Amino acid sequence: MATVSPHRVRPGRNGELGLLVLALSLGTGAYALVGLATTGSLPADIFGYSAGLIALSLGMHLVLRWRAPYADPVILPTVVALNGIGLAMIYRIDFAYAARGREVADFAERQLVWTAISVVLAAVVLIALRDHRTLRRYTYTAMVVGLVLLVLPLVPGLGVEINGAQIWIRLSLGGLDGSFQPAEVAKIAFAIFFAGYLVTTRDTLALAGPRLLGLQLPRPRDLGPILLAWLASLGILVFQSDLGTSLLFFGLFVGMLYLATERLSWVVIGLMLFLGGAAVAATVIPHVGTRFDIWLHALGDEYYRASPGSGQLVGGLFGMASGGLFGTGWGEGRPDLVPYAESDFIVASMGEELGLTGLLALLVLYLVLAQRGLRTAIGVRDGFGKLFAGGMAFVIAFQCFVVVGGVTRLIPLTGLTMPFLAYGGSSLLANWVIAALLLRISDSARRPADPALPIELPDADEEPSRAEAPHSTPVSSEHETELIDLRGEGTTS
Amino acid sequence: MNTPLRRLATVVLAMFGILVGGATWVQFVQAPDLNADPRNVRTLYREYGNHRGPIVVAGEAVASSAPIDDPFGYQRSYLNGPLYAPVTGYYSVVYGPEGIERWMNTELNGSADSLFYARLQDLVTGRQPLGASVELTIDPVAQQAAWDALGDQSGAVVAIDTTTGAILAMVSKPSYDPNVLASHDMAAVTEVWAALQASPERPMENRAIAGRTYPPGSTFKLVTAAAALESGMTSDTEIAAPTQLQLPLSSSVLRNFGGAPCSSTGTTTLADALRISCNTAFAQLGIDLGDDALRAQAEAFGFDTPLNVPMRVTQSRFPADPDAPQTALSAIGQYEVSVTPLQMAMVSAAIANGGVQMQPYLVAAVRSQDLTIVQQTEPTQLGRPISGGTAAALREMMVQVVESGTGRAAQISGIQVAGKTGTAQTADDVAPHAWFTSFAPADAPRVAVAVIVENGGSMGNEATGGAVAAPIARAVIQAVLR
Repeated sequence: MATVSPHRVRPGRNGELGLLVLALSLGTGAYALVGLATTGSLPADIFGYSAGLIALSLGMHLVLRWRAPYADPVILPTVVALNGIGLAMIYRIDFAYAARGREVADFAERQLVWTAISVVLAAVVLIALRDHRTLRRYTYTAMVVGLVLLVLPLVPGLGVEINGAQIWIRLSLGGLDGSFQPAEVAKIAFAIFFAGYLVTTRDTLALAGPRLLGLQLPRPRDLGPILLAWLASLGILVFQSDLGTSLLFFGLFVGMLYLATERLSWVVIGLMLFLGGAAVAATVIPHVGTRFDIWLHALGDEYYRASPGSGQLVGGLFGMASGGLFGTGWGEGRPDLVPYAESDFIVASMGEELGLTGLLALLVLYLVLAQRGLRTAIGVRDGFGKLFAGGMAFVIAFQCFVVVGGVTRLIPLTGLTMPFLAYGGSSLLANWVIAALLLRISDSARRPADPALPIELPDADEEPSRAEAPHSTPVSSEHETELIDLRGEGTTS
Repeated sequence: MNTPLRRLATVVLAMFGILVGGATWVQFVQAPDLNADPRNVRTLYREYGNHRGPIVVAGEAVASSAPIDDPFGYQRSYLNGPLYAPVTGYYSVVYGPEGIERWMNTELNGSADSLFYARLQDLVTGRQPLGASVELTIDPVAQQAAWDALGDQSGAVVAIDTTTGAILAMVSKPSYDPNVLASHDMAAVTEVWAALQASPERPMENRAIAGRTYPPGSTFKLVTAAAALESGMTSDTEIAAPTQLQLPLSSSVLRNFGGAPCSSTGTTTLADALRISCNTAFAQLGIDLGDDALRAQAEAFGFDTPLNVPMRVTQSRFPADPDAPQTALSAIGQYEVSVTPLQMAMVSAAIANGGVQMQPYLVAAVRSQDLTIVQQTEPTQLGRPISGGTAAALREMMVQVVESGTGRAAQISGIQVAGKTGTAQTADDVAPHAWFTSFAPADAPRVAVAVIVENGGSMGNEATGGAVAAPIARAVIQAVLR
């Protein structure tokens, strides 16, 4: 029986500060190297730039000390490192665009402004949202918001078609006009909705139905929600012509469904539904089929020269190949040869200039981020928090998979961008908010239980997951209605 | 919910494992192939960062690189671009290299294995690396003569040294200016490229070796005659030469040019049949020899055999399984027989060289920066398609063609020219292609020349090989033997 442990939980804020210094030196160092490689001298604004980045990161760090002292100490430095490296690459691509006489070559400047806005918003989320469980109240509001956001790009006059995908809206925000990908924000809304919805219905959904080939299928009558999600994602694929968003939402839903029910059959059903639906869409709808053909025959000359064709994809492959193992070095490659080198194809740009080594290092950063998120989910005590954190961590990992998989031609190319790394205000904003939410949940996951409470406490030392040992009484300190997780490891293992 | 979370963490790990695999596949395993892809302009950029070696014709650089202040570093330019375009090809930042630029790419950019010591020297001495220079076998006077003689007509001229196989002239018209394609203005290059590709005149085809192959027409009678001689006939053997030949198994009737009879007696000697290019006699001869004998002879001359000079040469073809009337038509170079001008020059060259066929080649030598020869082409024997006796008989017959037959327009005072005309039908409503393949001097051959003028050139339907193509061959022979 776990008792109150006198062991003091280390908040980890000092460790975070140390890691932040490392992350910031990565970002500003890269920025300086770009200047040295392209112009032969340090960028003129290196001090202002570094000061800005440092101020933003330290500000966030201080907010954490103030409002979420037990938050995971690795998440913020990882995000800052990714954001900083991305900024350096965008800055570097600006140089190439300017050298080629392209008129718009201030992506880095705009990305820096968006970074500032995003960090401030993340801080606001951390300050305003004291307990993530508050979000559960907005389960159905979140659903409506998510759906509206998804449909926005289809609204005439508002939506813009870029690269054949109708997933953008044109926005004008006082000088910061640009395209906005509502789906990026919608994924947060859907994560809230799925978590809130599944946490109440998971017991029903987990009820056993017929067995088939050793697989415990759900009851047919419970298939409704997954079919609905499936239809919605197919709708995105067909009407917005975007495999990425479609895959992202369906993946998020199936992933969270699995988390909630522990039924592998849901994953199998989901995968089959999606693959089947995508295959049918590819054969029936010409433009979807073309995208698959482009993927399958990317290196064929007829697709390489065609428009829409595989020129961009193959250009990215060429860039990555020319980077080889160790890359050309900052500013020494030609990432600008690939269209959208600063956003959709920033991964290829990284592969070219930082090499396979650098790209793998970036992937490891994302892996660390996703795993810290999942760890947070394991640590947090309430079902909603588990689902929500798990879903968001998974969506980051899944988005990386879809983007990097697309660029390396493992799967068809999509219009998604790399979280934190790629140019794009909506993406940056949404992902910083996700980071803030994960930090918020991790704070409650790692925070030692209030010793003032007169009930038996779970073992809440550095191994918070043990709180779910079957013999311990789960605790719910604030919301009496919170579903108590009795279905932890004990019931299955 | 922790068990599925842990499993999900494993799934996430696996997903990243797959991504690591994908990235490694692209950047490590597949990277050499992707970098070698001619569409990968980054490879070009890297190469432009090096000083590319020149392509040299008779001591003068017809393609060379000069420093330029743009991301590429060097600008490739071509002297007499359209004249040498079929040989040099182009070096485009958008479409990659073609021609010698492509096939000698590693020598020109200095990355060839043979240049290893040169690179090592550059490294040790700190000398700015420079690609090797590629020296061609082209004779600029002959090249210019062929270009001028062809005039505004579409067609091709190939001249080869009969004793070595060295290609002395290779002209294809209409041509294009590789300077435009070598421009660093990608939009302009793309536009020009599209226009060149769309042009019905197909200026980017190297008609001499790699265009759409042509029916050889009567020039193929050399091959048929060679097969006949090899089968034991002599140039004096009397063969049937009807005014009309009823083709077996069909209602078609084959006539001679202009419907004229070949002889008053209905028979003629093999030599005379070749001299006046008698269709009926050679068609009957083809039927008598059979398609297998014809194909064997054609293949001995290089038909249906891969060849690089170093550019890849389109294979000339003899039909695989013709029936009797098709064999008859094949024997006079019609039906599905198709050839490159280089192939017909090689037939003449083999006859001129006493039956020994030499490997044709364009690159004489490769020299590194300090002018040491790193690679030199030694003439090599490709094969022996005909015996010395057959070669001598054919040479005599070809001399007759020029002296008193259909090829009189190729006569040069003081030099004995041997040749064979051809007028190849392609379709009923299109003017025929005019052919001439030849060598000179007949007694001590030095050069073989093949000429094709598409669709009769300036003479249109009135064109014959003797009238249109023979004078061009004569001009080239004169230029070589000057």
